[in-house]
Amino acid sequence: MMTNINIEQANQKAIDEFMNARPILVGVEKAVDVIPGMHKNLYLHAGPPCSWERMSGPVKGGMIGAIIFEGRAKNAEEAESILSSGKIEFAPCNDYDASGPMAGIISPSMMVFVVEDKNSGYKTFSGMNEGRGKVLRMGAYSEEVIERMLWLNNVLAPTVDAALKAMNGLDIRTLLAKALHMGDDGHNRLDAASLLFTNLLAPHIIRTAKNSTDAADVVKFLGENALAVLNPVMAGCKTMANAAQNIEGSTIVTLMARNGTDWGIKVSGMGNQWFTAPAPVVKALYFPGFTEKDACLDIGDSVIMETVGIGGFAMATAPALVTFIGGTPRDAINTTLDMYEITYGEHKNFTIPFLDFRGTPTGIDIRKVIEKGITPRVNTGVAHKDPGIGQVGAGVVSAPMKLFEDALVAFAEKYDI
Amino acid sequence: MSVIVSDIRKGAYYDSAFLMKLQRSLTELQGVEDAGVVMGTEENKEILKHIELVDKQVLDANPDDLVIVVRAATGNEAEEALGQVDELLVKRSTEMDKNYRPKSLDTASKMLPGASWTLVSVAGRFAANVARESLKLGKHVFLFSDNVSVEDEISLKKEAAEKGLLVMGPDCGTAMINGIGLGFANKIRKGPIGVIAAAGTGLQQVTTRIHQLGSGITHGIGTGGRDLKEAVGAMTFLMGLDALARDPETKVIVMVSKPPAPSVAEKVIKKARLINKPVVVNFIARKPTARQDGNLWFATGMDDAAALAVELAKNPPEVKPAVDLKLERFAEGQKYFRGLFSGGTLAYEAQFLLEEYVGRVWANAPINKENKLKDSLKSEEHSIVDLGEDEFTVGRLHPMMDNEMRIRRLLEEGKDPEVAVIMLDVVIGYGSHPDPASELAPAIAKAKAEAEKAGRFLEVVVVATGTDLDPQNLDNQIDQLRKVGAWVSSSNEEVVRYAGRILMGLDKKVDSEFTFTPVNLETLKNELQALNIGLDSFAENLEDQEIQVVQVDFKPPAGGNEKMASILERMKKN
Repeated sequence: MMTNINIEQANQKAIDEFMNARPILVGVEKAVDVIPGMHKNLYLHAGPPCSWERMSGPVKGGMIGAIIFEGRAKNAEEAESILSSGKIEFAPCNDYDASGPMAGIISPSMMVFVVEDKNSGYKTFSGMNEGRGKVLRMGAYSEEVIERMLWLNNVLAPTVDAALKAMNGLDIRTLLAKALHMGDDGHNRLDAASLLFTNLLAPHIIRTAKNSTDAADVVKFLGENALAVLNPVMAGCKTMANAAQNIEGSTIVTLMARNGTDWGIKVSGMGNQWFTAPAPVVKALYFPGFTEKDACLDIGDSVIMETVGIGGFAMATAPALVTFIGGTPRDAINTTLDMYEITYGEHKNFTIPFLDFRGTPTGIDIRKVIEKGITPRVNTGVAHKDPGIGQVGAGVVSAPMKLFEDALVAFAEKYDI
Repeated sequence: MSVIVSDIRKGAYYDSAFLMKLQRSLTELQGVEDAGVVMGTEENKEILKHIELVDKQVLDANPDDLVIVVRAATGNEAEEALGQVDELLVKRSTEMDKNYRPKSLDTASKMLPGASWTLVSVAGRFAANVARESLKLGKHVFLFSDNVSVEDEISLKKEAAEKGLLVMGPDCGTAMINGIGLGFANKIRKGPIGVIAAAGTGLQQVTTRIHQLGSGITHGIGTGGRDLKEAVGAMTFLMGLDALARDPETKVIVMVSKPPAPSVAEKVIKKARLINKPVVVNFIARKPTARQDGNLWFATGMDDAAALAVELAKNPPEVKPAVDLKLERFAEGQKYFRGLFSGGTLAYEAQFLLEEYVGRVWANAPINKENKLKDSLKSEEHSIVDLGEDEFTVGRLHPMMDNEMRIRRLLEEGKDPEVAVIMLDVVIGYGSHPDPASELAPAIAKAKAEAEKAGRFLEVVVVATGTDLDPQNLDNQIDQLRKVGAWVSSSNEEVVRYAGRILMGLDKKVDSEFTFTPVNLETLKNELQALNIGLDSFAENLEDQEIQVVQVDFKPPAGGNEKMASILERMKKN
């Protein structure tokens, strides 16, 4: 006999939770101080759980960089021997209420953005954004990368933290809603959101910074970084996704994440269980000098955006991104329209001017994914497959069908369907 | 005294132009004097203050808050207006984006909410589910696909009947609705003739002939070839017939079918008799029993059917309101016919004619051996007994000479509370009884009197066969019979049809057998809009006819993965 559940009601509740969450960026703190369960030998990474041996190049590179950053090794060799020694515990960011772009490394001393759900007080976390180019999140760990990480920790983090506290927090949902009307998709393109972010912070930075040099450096860094707000937005989306977790009987996806090895999802009605499949190749455009042969498989926690209804799902708001999907604004619109086929509802806060302010497709329903044979479409960056190199391109990718099939079978078993 | 009511929504950002639109919609609501819908910036609050559209919570709002404030004549009206905000916020135009091909009927239906039809031409094994989904969305289904099981057909048509929707098919090739062709169809002039057909090319043949003869059609409703088979029981046919009967534009109805199951054909004809319009019947392989009977005209072929329909539309006959059969004389539960014949041929013809009105007729000498009475001495339901058969005449005179056995049987049948009509034949002439009426008339009187005593009315009808030159004198015989209240005619057919009409009138079962929600005529008459799933060419044909159509990109559910598809099916039943 089937367990007595009402899937429709459960799903409606899940997307209501997505939409009603109020993520407020409240400050920047040290990971080990704020992330529950964090300790000095715990290193977080993107995607589903992964052993050192199976880690992709960028995650390995990021881990090496993090060990050096923590001062536990002087070079890559030393770092690798520590990492492979078994002393270090690895875990997904997502299992610690965090969300990390690309390799998504969070080590104990790193400063992390703290986002708080105004409704529940629940906190979520994400690291500092390093900008584009050779960066730790893409698996780079050269001296300049580590130096930037230290600057982020020592200068950017406290400066932004002071400004955020002075302004009494910053509303991520409102920021995103505006940015979607300014040509952002909220994932691959965050140009508008990053400018809004910098704009809102700037006066408070100037007022609260230790000195004018710091203030100028920080505002310049934020202003020049089109992804300045990526991490706070990810933590914000994580807040929304968290709010919809563990609703009995719901077939809504509450988490998607990948790490260059595997893609993993969680489903609201299936509690904490990960469903995983090998990460796919990204269909991408490459920076000069790189080709698909250099690309790491799909990686990063930033699919949390699509999980809550933006990013690839809001492609129709970001016509400037269409080059990544090989074409015309029409393709962008079709991408969004396709996603309505697999989502349960339409977002009441995130709307698409071109579609007459229709809400973005929100709440991936595994039933619809299977039935229609359409998997979530994601906009993403591409890292080099080897540690230490960094980003090589950007593009689009669709989640593997196996994830949803496994989840559906498990759901049917759990609820005796 | 006006009332101000406000609603503050924390952290909800909307574009200002969008909010101005919402604000305008609010001011149009009943009793609303003024409305403000703005983000809670200082400037906006200043403006609201200036036009006296603030309360305390409005003044306390932050720039990230959506402020909705309404001033209305009464508190109720203000609250009501606020209550509509959510609806207005999500109210978006449903303008169709023609360049997008939806992946599901559900989405297609949202893109074209005015569509009342779905054309389904996907592979047979997927067709039933697609059709079912379409019924759930409230659309009539033109089901072109074949290889749909009879079980599926029945369940689809039952569901459609509940919802007042037509399922035309499966394996329905043709339909013409309000001048628009679906599937294989011809361009037929609009006109006064409605056609319903369990025959695709039959529909095309008849309607094109109607066109060629200068007339035209209202609708051509296809039902699929199996609709008039026993299992399906003409569900779509009867619903379509009912729609054409109610449609004021339709003056004449033509019914066409491939060889139907006889019992189903009779059921449909019974229904057709109740229509207050001329109905032309052309069921292939079903021999007509008359050229005309009441409102029914029986055609010899499709060409004849078209010509008859055109003629009837041109020169509308007076469809006589049915003669008052005074059915109120009969008691509850009286519904059966009993024929007690002395003449074999008369008995055969009576069976043949009566079936048109009542369906199955049992007989000791049946036309069709399935209808053989188990026991010739015991009637069942509608029965016709030929007492001139050998089984009755062994050691006894033929009933044309000896009335005794018929009289006994007449009185016996008359006692059956379920019997409404008893028919006798009186055959005179050389060789026959010298004055049969002199014995039969008192028996008829007795049977009728006993029935009356029991609170019933027994109708006894008699066919009298003979001439005024016969020794018994026909008129004399008829007079004797009429004196005791018998209904008499010298035409066997006339007597049987009279009895048939009474029995049909008494048979409430016709209506209880298959009940359905009548099709909403507006859905046939409104400008046709359709969803098409399957063959692209059907959508293209509709576009050529300047019909709005959304083509659905069909993929088998779960990509044909049966394990997944079966889980999904089970979940749907949840």
